[in-house]
Amino acid sequence: METIKPLSQYLAVMLLSPLLLGVINRVKAFFAGRRGQPVLQLYFDLYKLFAKTPVYSRTTTWVFKAGPIVSVSAVVTALAVLPFAGRPSFLSFEGDFVFIIYLLGLARFATVLAALDTGSAFEGMGASREMQFGVFAEPAFFLGLAALARVTGQTSLAGMFGALTGDSWRVAAPVLALLTASFFIVLLAENSRVPADDPNTHLELTMIHEVMALDHSGPDLAYILYGASLKLWLFGSLIGCMVLPRHSGSWASDCALFLLVMFAVAAAVGVVESAMARLRLTIVPYMLITAFAFSSLALIFQLGR
Amino acid sequence: MVLVLLSFVILLFSALLALGLSRNPHRAQDAGAYGAVAASVAGLIPSVQTLLSGRTATLCLPWPVPLGSLTLTLDPLAAFFLVPMFILTGLSAVYGVDYLRHYAGKKPLGLAWAAFNALTAAMALVFTAGNAVLFMLGWELMAASSFLLVLFEHEKAQVRRAAFIYLTAGGAGALLLLASFSLLGAGAAVLDFSSFSAPSRGLASVVFLLALCGFGLKAGFVPLHIWLPEAHPAAPSHVSAVMSGIMIKAGVYGIIRVLGFLVPWQEWWGWTLLFIGAASCVLGALFSLAQHELKRVLAYSSIENVGIIMLALGLGVIGVSVRAYPLAGLAFAGALLHVLNHSLFKGLLFMGAGSVLHGAGTAELEALGGLSKRMPRAALLFLVGSAAACALPPFNGFAGEFLIYIGAFRSLNSAGPLALAGVIAGLSLASAGALAAAAFTRAAGTAFLGEPRTERAANACESGPLMLFSMRALALLCLLAGLGAPFLLLPAARAVGSAFGLPSGYAAFDAAAVPLTYISAGGLLLLALIAIAAAKRRAFLGGKIPAEGVTWDCGYAAPTARMQYGASSFAQPLTDFFQPVLRKIGQYPVISEYFPGKASFSAEAQAVFYNSFYYPAAARIRDLAYRFSWLQHGRLQIYIMYIVVTLMGLLLWKL
Repeated sequence: METIKPLSQYLAVMLLSPLLLGVINRVKAFFAGRRGQPVLQLYFDLYKLFAKTPVYSRTTTWVFKAGPIVSVSAVVTALAVLPFAGRPSFLSFEGDFVFIIYLLGLARFATVLAALDTGSAFEGMGASREMQFGVFAEPAFFLGLAALARVTGQTSLAGMFGALTGDSWRVAAPVLALLTASFFIVLLAENSRVPADDPNTHLELTMIHEVMALDHSGPDLAYILYGASLKLWLFGSLIGCMVLPRHSGSWASDCALFLLVMFAVAAAVGVVESAMARLRLTIVPYMLITAFAFSSLALIFQLGR
Repeated sequence: MVLVLLSFVILLFSALLALGLSRNPHRAQDAGAYGAVAASVAGLIPSVQTLLSGRTATLCLPWPVPLGSLTLTLDPLAAFFLVPMFILTGLSAVYGVDYLRHYAGKKPLGLAWAAFNALTAAMALVFTAGNAVLFMLGWELMAASSFLLVLFEHEKAQVRRAAFIYLTAGGAGALLLLASFSLLGAGAAVLDFSSFSAPSRGLASVVFLLALCGFGLKAGFVPLHIWLPEAHPAAPSHVSAVMSGIMIKAGVYGIIRVLGFLVPWQEWWGWTLLFIGAASCVLGALFSLAQHELKRVLAYSSIENVGIIMLALGLGVIGVSVRAYPLAGLAFAGALLHVLNHSLFKGLLFMGAGSVLHGAGTAELEALGGLSKRMPRAALLFLVGSAAACALPPFNGFAGEFLIYIGAFRSLNSAGPLALAGVIAGLSLASAGALAAAAFTRAAGTAFLGEPRTERAANACESGPLMLFSMRALALLCLLAGLGAPFLLLPAARAVGSAFGLPSGYAAFDAAAVPLTYISAGGLLLLALIAIAAAKRRAFLGGKIPAEGVTWDCGYAAPTARMQYGASSFAQPLTDFFQPVLRKIGQYPVISEYFPGKASFSAEAQAVFYNSFYYPAAARIRDLAYRFSWLQHGRLQIYIMYIVVTLMGLLLWKL
């Protein structure tokens, strides 16, 4: 039974993550007064795309085709390390978050190279911005995790989130609140949501992540969309584990509660997207520096305690 | 030990042979390359044996030089540097045969091979010398032979300038080392390393600083790095691979050795190393992002990686001085693993840059593009090297950095200053990693992907079979060293043990073995998933033939290669943000009319430290020296008189 739990958690992530985007879109539709897409829209899209025949630019090489494959595989591997509802997954070890961050780096590396392989000015633009935001987001994320390691005295993700209890929030509420805020900003930037990026814009000039996928089609595009939903799950579940520290001891109820929190995180992203406009491009680094400042404040508070 | 001697003999003999065969360049090439490969094989066997057994072998021969003794020591620390050295020199020699072929008749290839093999022998001597005089002999031979190799294309003014900066840095470093060795061996009859004992507290700090600067001038960390981005790109590419891959590690080796003599350490040494490392890794990555030539990008990336190694050493020294031994063990092992890993992937990358130079005739990023179509094999191998350099799993760059990260995060949970050191280390590693990722996607993307920007890039040719063989071997080693990192842990532990004799250091390696094994498992999982995803994609396509078209440029009908993002535009958001540090000079078009005409744009990366510190300082010294120019008459008699006066003075002082 104990070996089945991590496997079924993993399977649940694989199956449920496209649902998060559906929730975000429904929340946005609600704010805009529309009915909106079905919650399962991404599943339909994926099904459709997998059956399509792709179109390739004559400029592209194998790098273009390998990009989506490598990036989705890297994210799937990262999810094998990520804890679920504060419980360890089957690859849980000291320093596992470093592995996750570098796997996300591999996904980014593959996506950016695939974008540059098209020789398109627009995709080059997206690739350049993606790397730029990464430079600001990664230190913020690291410092946040460092603060969390200091709060909990643990050096693995499962250990940190397992050690996080309601008491931790009572003792170190400001630190944990700052960290949650920092992680949320990083989530918005890393998953190319408003206000860092706008997935729905019609102008290629203003997009970042979506523009890098402009030339991808068919199964390749399906891999990219699926990978994006998995990445959203990854960052969302960090926040979920932060704000849901209570462990009842019952696996089933913990998991159910965690899923609810995940949808709440998605809804929060939807609310932010509805309430905010997209930031000017030159301002986005400052948003990420804010996240960095939150993380370092949290760390300083924690070091001073 | 006999095999190490044999490898010396082969190297020196083949160097002389290559020099003797200068008339016939092809046979000189053969003599040099076969010699280097044979010496590598001969040298690898005892080095690997030493790492596996952990035993130290010593050889002592009579040598009539004052203070000197011909003592060669092969301990695990030396072996840990010798293994990547012999791997890299052997493979570089193989690569060099193809690479230098079209220079036959135009350049003295016999001399080049003689210098290459002398450089190899000198490095082997540096790593095995057990006596300071012998060490300095190897050190100077290393500097001299690499100086000759840097001068290979001496008809270019830039190359001559690079070589002289290199010579100056090497000379200054050697002077500092002489001073530090004399202090260490004060009072000893023979300057054997085994007879060195730690001097008193204040003097120990002086020795540490002298050695840090002396070896630092070879290792090339900030701010002693100015020669590195000039000299490494100037040398032929297989020599750049050796210089960046392993020769700068001789500096790291020296610092580790001297630290071994200076036990007990003082905490501030660790902080010095930590700050130097943090500055080097972040600035190195940032500067590499702003370069416009592929080999310069790689040279600055070497500064970054040496920074990572110094950072880890600093963390380890701080750890030991507050008695946090497991943490220190992790940091030291991470530093050594990174030495090995960096030499593998940087060797591969410089060879890749050499393939670009060889195939397209230029390594200027803005003149390249689309090479992955003309030279697909070299492109794949360069991308593997880039991924390893960005520390991306499953390649080897990750393993060493990971150990340093765990060390940093462990120190977070201890009290006081150690936690601060951990924060600094982790934060600089993370920032440098993100910047390096930007630098390498930029370099690889502009050179190999997209459409060719010039005629030369469009007509590039694939590298020769020997060049590809060496690069394939290194790429394979990068993957294997990544997946098999747990197996490298024990050799690294032995090397740390033989250098410092840490009391409970080995405990850390048991702790590190478990996460590293998980990472190997994760890497295998990743490879399996990639294979599954690729197979699935093929199944989805199901034999359907994909359509072909032009790249989507928002409906624009005639995209050209010039519309692509280039190296400058890719880096611009970041280089603009860091302009206060980078101080690049450039011209931006200002558009004031509704129908702008032709516009031009230029951006040039500056050698910030050279321009704003070293050059003014050198000018000041030169001005000062002019004031004493009256001492210099050019008359022999007066110079003899100076000597007599000095000798008299010394005699009186001694009386």
